[in-house]
Amino acid sequence: MSQVELKDITKRFPTVTALQDVSFSFAHGEFFVLLGPTGAGKTTTLRIVAGLEKQDSGTICMDGQSIDRRTPAERDVAFVFQQYSLYPTMTVYDNLAFPLRSPLRRTPEPQIKIRVEEAAEKLRIAHLLKRRTAQLSGGEMQRVAIGRAIVREPRLFLMDEPLSNLDAKLREALRVELKHLQKTQGSTTLFVTHDQIEALTMADRIAVLNEGEVVQQGTPDDIYDRPATTFVAQLVGTPKINLLAASRRDGTVHVRGSGLRVPASRYALPETFLMGVRPEDIRPDPQGPFGAEVTLIEPLGVETILHLKADELPLLSLVPGMAPQRVGDRIRFAIVQEKLHFFGLDNRRIAEERT
Amino acid sequence: MQMATIELQKVEKRFGDSHAVKPLDLTIRDGEFVVLLGPSGCGKTTTLRMISGLEAVTGGKILLNGKDVTWNHPSERDMAFVFQFYALYSHLSVRQNIAFPLQAQGMKRDAVDRRVKEVVDILRIQHLLRVRPGKLSGGDQQRVALARALVRQPSAFLMDEPLGALDAELRESMRAEIKNLHIAQHATTVYVTHDQVEAMALGDRIVVMSAAEVQQVGTPIDVYYNPANLFVARFIGSPGMNLIKGRYEAGAVRLPGDNRYPVPAPWSSPLANALAGQPEVVLGFRPEAATVTPQGALSGEVYATDMHGGYTVLHVNVNENEIVHIRSDRQTSFGMGARVRFDIDAEMVRFFNPQTEAALRREAAR
Repeated sequence: MSQVELKDITKRFPTVTALQDVSFSFAHGEFFVLLGPTGAGKTTTLRIVAGLEKQDSGTICMDGQSIDRRTPAERDVAFVFQQYSLYPTMTVYDNLAFPLRSPLRRTPEPQIKIRVEEAAEKLRIAHLLKRRTAQLSGGEMQRVAIGRAIVREPRLFLMDEPLSNLDAKLREALRVELKHLQKTQGSTTLFVTHDQIEALTMADRIAVLNEGEVVQQGTPDDIYDRPATTFVAQLVGTPKINLLAASRRDGTVHVRGSGLRVPASRYALPETFLMGVRPEDIRPDPQGPFGAEVTLIEPLGVETILHLKADELPLLSLVPGMAPQRVGDRIRFAIVQEKLHFFGLDNRRIAEERT
Repeated sequence: MQMATIELQKVEKRFGDSHAVKPLDLTIRDGEFVVLLGPSGCGKTTTLRMISGLEAVTGGKILLNGKDVTWNHPSERDMAFVFQFYALYSHLSVRQNIAFPLQAQGMKRDAVDRRVKEVVDILRIQHLLRVRPGKLSGGDQQRVALARALVRQPSAFLMDEPLGALDAELRESMRAEIKNLHIAQHATTVYVTHDQVEAMALGDRIVVMSAAEVQQVGTPIDVYYNPANLFVARFIGSPGMNLIKGRYEAGAVRLPGDNRYPVPAPWSSPLANALAGQPEVVLGFRPEAATVTPQGALSGEVYATDMHGGYTVLHVNVNENEIVHIRSDRQTSFGMGARVRFDIDAEMVRFFNPQTEAALRREAAR
């Protein structure tokens, strides 16, 4: 396994620049996630790392050595796609054994058997080895596809939205398994997704990509707790963060369209800016300083989304369990001050002043 | 808005020997928002199509406001259908698309104008009236489709995964819009989805279906806290309810991994009675009902931990890949492989009969 570094990768297609000076690196054994909306350049990045696509400028190093001139086969990476791309007429065993039997490797059959059975055990598909892949469910097929990548023991795993074709329950289960597997194997993985929950839950570190540029890199905690831009703030978290137009007067933040006021002391705030409040940080509280009307309630079981209107300002609040409120109720609420986010009108985060 | 109570009496759909929908009884009250929820192939869409008349029943009756409409043509049922795919006319403007059903009825021009204005105000699409649907985003197209359904002032709305084609973010905001619309209009609505979050958020009541059969009918609170069987327990919630097989012995359930769970008092006699001699039982609890604590009655090994933004989910291997999910705050952190002990909130624990898969009911508090 290996350490990987992308330096200033730029890729232009006839009509668009797909990637602009994309740089990031990840360490041996790390689970690194590229997160971004459709068209952000995630898959292009992955294909360039795999050698399926050539960058226009910039360089990729593996363990300190440039791999730019290496063919895909020489790079020794395993690619897992959203579509399983298995051989439907072969058994699961033969699908798993296939990469080891390639003329490049020519692994002896007894050794293949050991590796295949080991991988099948880890992915809980040992009971399926004799089946043809066409008879498998979606989740089983994706397990086989991942298994086929594992048996090769490549230097790097590249995964392009491998879970997005599965239904919600299966996606959830496989997400946990994949993470467990990656950690116990210590395999280096570059994983692409548009799903923020997948990114937060699986990644050691995340690079957020938007319109071909890296907007932020960091741990899931960094991305969620200290989003670098309003784009990142809105990309992670459900329901979405409340982004409120605000201004500063006499050391106090005034939120436009409402009576919301919070002290501004810890931040060097300009005159006008945006204040971000995550829905879980708006808490109904009979002693709270602010008032609002409940306009809509969405009970999700484990938690409830309250749609509030504070004067003219719509707000989302997320509360645990089933909320006792009803539509039309007037409630009091508090805001968790330590968790506020501030952004300039250029949409960049305003850092907290250290005291 | 018109009144509409929809009553299904032993409605079924059969193909030869197999059922797409087994005989189903359901009354949808006037103004109610009922969600048909289940995985693909469970019969939910077929049920909706039978209500609309797009699909013929092979048995049973459908009553609209007490009147038998089982064999009425779809157009004689006064229900508006909204599909996952918007089914808009691409060569007509948004305004023409919305006005179409009224013009088809031969309504006068100024009446049409008035109605169109009303619905575009409600859906906030005034600025789109002259645009062709092809130029609109998915969300706006679905708003137009809703407007076209709304403008007819039907007595009921039938919606088949109307948010299914939208991306996650838009789906969330459109979900709230549909609910707002329902609160404002209070029209009887039958809504089909495979997404349990959508069902919970929208439904006054949820009809959970699986394998052509109704598994449970209840409010979101019912299906979440008191699932009728193992299917509902698993299907509702993300992750679903933790379910561990064990054996009931002398006031406690023996669980894998040398775990022993002392049964809370209100459960002792239901367990003794319902299981009638065979000791196998399934213990169930929601991820938020478990708390990690050094004194916990149960224990396991940390399999993985996930950060979900506002909270953490701890996956604990109780025994040989029997994984339970525990929701905890962000402060809690454990390394993989660490031993943890946890407890279950006695109010939130549930039991199921593994043979029948049905939930056991607790004795009512005295």
